[in-house]
Amino acid sequence: MKAWVFGDNIDTDVIAPGRYMKYGIAEIARHCMESLEPTFAARVRKGDIVVGGRNFGAGSSREQAPEALKHLGVAALIAESFAGLFYRNAINLGLPAIVCAHAKRIRAGDEIELDLASGRIVNRTSRDTLDCEPIPPFLIQIVRDGGLLPHLEKRLGR
Amino acid sequence: MSQTLAQKLVARAADRASVTPGEIVTCKVDLAMVHDSSGPRRLKPMLERLGAKVWDPSKVVVITDHYVPEYDEESRKILRIAREWVKEAGVDNFYDTQGICHVVLPERGHLLPGMFAVGGDSHSPTGGAFAAYMFGIGATEMLGVMVTGEIWLKVPHTIAMEFDGAFARGVSAKDVMLFLIGRFGLDGGQYQAVEYRGPAIRALPMQERMTLCNMTAELGGQTGLIASDGVTRDYLERDINIWESDPAAPVLAHHRFDGSGLEPQVAAPHSPANTRSVSAFDQRIDLAYIGACTGAKLADLRMAAAVLRGRKAKSKLIVAPASLRDQQRAEREGTLQVLLDAGAELLANSCGMCAGYGAHLLAENAVAISTTARNFKGRMGAASAQVYLASPYTVAASAVAGRITDPRGMLQ
Repeated sequence: MKAWVFGDNIDTDVIAPGRYMKYGIAEIARHCMESLEPTFAARVRKGDIVVGGRNFGAGSSREQAPEALKHLGVAALIAESFAGLFYRNAINLGLPAIVCAHAKRIRAGDEIELDLASGRIVNRTSRDTLDCEPIPPFLIQIVRDGGLLPHLEKRLGR
Repeated sequence: MSQTLAQKLVARAADRASVTPGEIVTCKVDLAMVHDSSGPRRLKPMLERLGAKVWDPSKVVVITDHYVPEYDEESRKILRIAREWVKEAGVDNFYDTQGICHVVLPERGHLLPGMFAVGGDSHSPTGGAFAAYMFGIGATEMLGVMVTGEIWLKVPHTIAMEFDGAFARGVSAKDVMLFLIGRFGLDGGQYQAVEYRGPAIRALPMQERMTLCNMTAELGGQTGLIASDGVTRDYLERDINIWESDPAAPVLAHHRFDGSGLEPQVAAPHSPANTRSVSAFDQRIDLAYIGACTGAKLADLRMAAAVLRGRKAKSKLIVAPASLRDQQRAEREGTLQVLLDAGAELLANSCGMCAGYGAHLLAENAVAISTTARNFKGRMGAASAQVYLASPYTVAASAVAGRITDPRGMLQ
């Protein structure tokens, strides 16, 4: 899992620009992060990890922001902190978001391993182990079910 | 046990005598609001997949505002889905092309003090101005509410923002919020409840209070709250319950400011936290935009008119009144004519240019000053566009001068 590293306050207009919001997720995802990193959508690979600083996902309630990252194959998000609304959206779409005070120790291109239940991150490139805040168990269950929609499907027995 | 306003509202919705900040509770939702972008077009396929129905259609409000007016095949389709879905789902509370959801919702009497409400939009904390606990959620989480009528919540701490004295003429709620966001940052609210207090706050009319709570989103709070009082009662034109914090209730932080000393504020590109006093700017502008839930209500249009009366805009000036009803009131009292006489071009009662969803976008390298809530890179159009945020007073004064200008010398 290769890390892509961004700064503080990465906002939802950068992750999923409003002018593409009328389209489906494939088109929105093509423009993900383009005002900061124009080649991101083309170069990110399935299983990669996106790392942010403080307040990742600030701004809109549009869940197409985490959905676009997931659509591009991003396996998890790690940040010093997340905007609360974005965090809830990411979990509800089955994209794990891990709060890690040491996120800035991860460099672009580092190979990362993570254990969701314990919240432990191993940086295989720097041979660094980062202890993070584990996701609460009731939210891990939603992530494991693939998001709130499949979770509700299971709960409603459909 | 002493409880904050936020705790009292959450406790009622969780059917508990009291709650403690940090604990996770399940709350019953009194009202769920969605708009055309986050609502039916995303909810409908998910509800069909679950084979589920809306838990209580009388508690759902649908308002079209993001793709209004429709301008292409995609936007026509999005609005068509909204119009069809409300019939299918039995939702009677449907406001089609009547204005921006956060303004229309209280204007039509749906919000009352003591309620627990969710909205499919990040500016949903606007409802907190009515001492209702209201916050924004995404479409999938809204699906959960639509199916179960419930939502989980980590009981918030309260951050108290108290303003003493009285705000000077030419200083508005928008200046208060740009100041606070500049001071505490986009995550200053820590996803907790931010409560606005003090004599300067209590003196604000309802629509100004809505602007404060609205921009709690940019301050990073889950919701913004103001205790209910006579101002709330007068706006709603009905008897209400008083919901307020117990004086001794512990808060996470209590910040006190002298409201009288606050100057007009401007946020430079590309963040609402990039704020300084208006006097620090020497900047030409191409466009002045008076629009959005946070910047084009009747109270905002009146502020702009107080500057623009008898003057002409030097820059392009666009006004998109936040609701049809506010536009009609502005028309009746002459406020709208003042704006038109100054050279304003009128857009529809919708989100307009604010979020870049509609037909009007900022061109490459355009420099704009706007009453909207966010100036993130590329939000209102081209990534090279430069957007400054300010109050309706400051935006109007800047339109007249063609550069960022302190409105206090131009008030009439």
